[in-house]
Amino acid sequence: MKADHTLDCVGLYCPMPIVKTSQKMKELKSGEVLEVVADDKGIKQDMPAWAQTTGNEFLGMEESGGEIKVYVKKK
Amino acid sequence: MPEQAKTTEKEKMTIVVFSGELDKALAAFIIATTGASMGMEVNMFFTFWGLNILKKNEGAPGGKGIMKKMLNFMNRGGSKRLKLSQFHMFGMGTGMMKQFMKESKLPSIDEFIQMAKDMGVKMIPCSTSCGVMGLGEGAFREEVGSLAGAAFFINEARQSKVTLFI
Repeated sequence: MKADHTLDCVGLYCPMPIVKTSQKMKELKSGEVLEVVADDKGIKQDMPAWAQTTGNEFLGMEESGGEIKVYVKKK
Repeated sequence: MPEQAKTTEKEKMTIVVFSGELDKALAAFIIATTGASMGMEVNMFFTFWGLNILKKNEGAPGGKGIMKKMLNFMNRGGSKRLKLSQFHMFGMGTGMMKQFMKESKLPSIDEFIQMAKDMGVKMIPCSTSCGVMGLGEGAFREEVGSLAGAAFFINEARQSKVTLFI
């Protein structure tokens, strides 16, 4: 999936990927896509939940070799 | 798509932090900073042992009068002196856990307090606990807001979607 920005959260546990995502999203313009790369499995549940609460759009995720890439679009 | 809140007003979360242990403080700050990350307005109301988390790490222990000074000397507090609620083992367990937290790149309680402040989380010491233990606002670190009582908590809690007691 194509993204405008990438955030590396490999090696970080909850809540850091979510905290960093919310901070990073402030830099994005509306409609831009952020890719978050993480290896904490919790993010598979946490990112859709974060998106649902904040109103940003969760676009999906890709998983390969323990690395999880999640995509969110800024509202 | 889920239905979005139409109001511009932020949803609220109120957490009572009653406990003063490292692990419980960690739980409280993880939930608080995550709530703030999710766009919520978060108030943390610190009471009784929870006040230890907010006490300054350095300087003389607070307290008015000899007995209260003694209490605060024995019950020193400060984010860097918190113990685990279990497995403390004269400091060995707690030291080990702090090391594991570091290895997992998890912020320390000290860093969590700073982070929470930067994210707009309000940290409010309970005025009654402060009075009973002889603590003034000067006993607490600079990130801490002004003292408040139970009515303040109730008023926040009744408007909150999430209310926790830790």
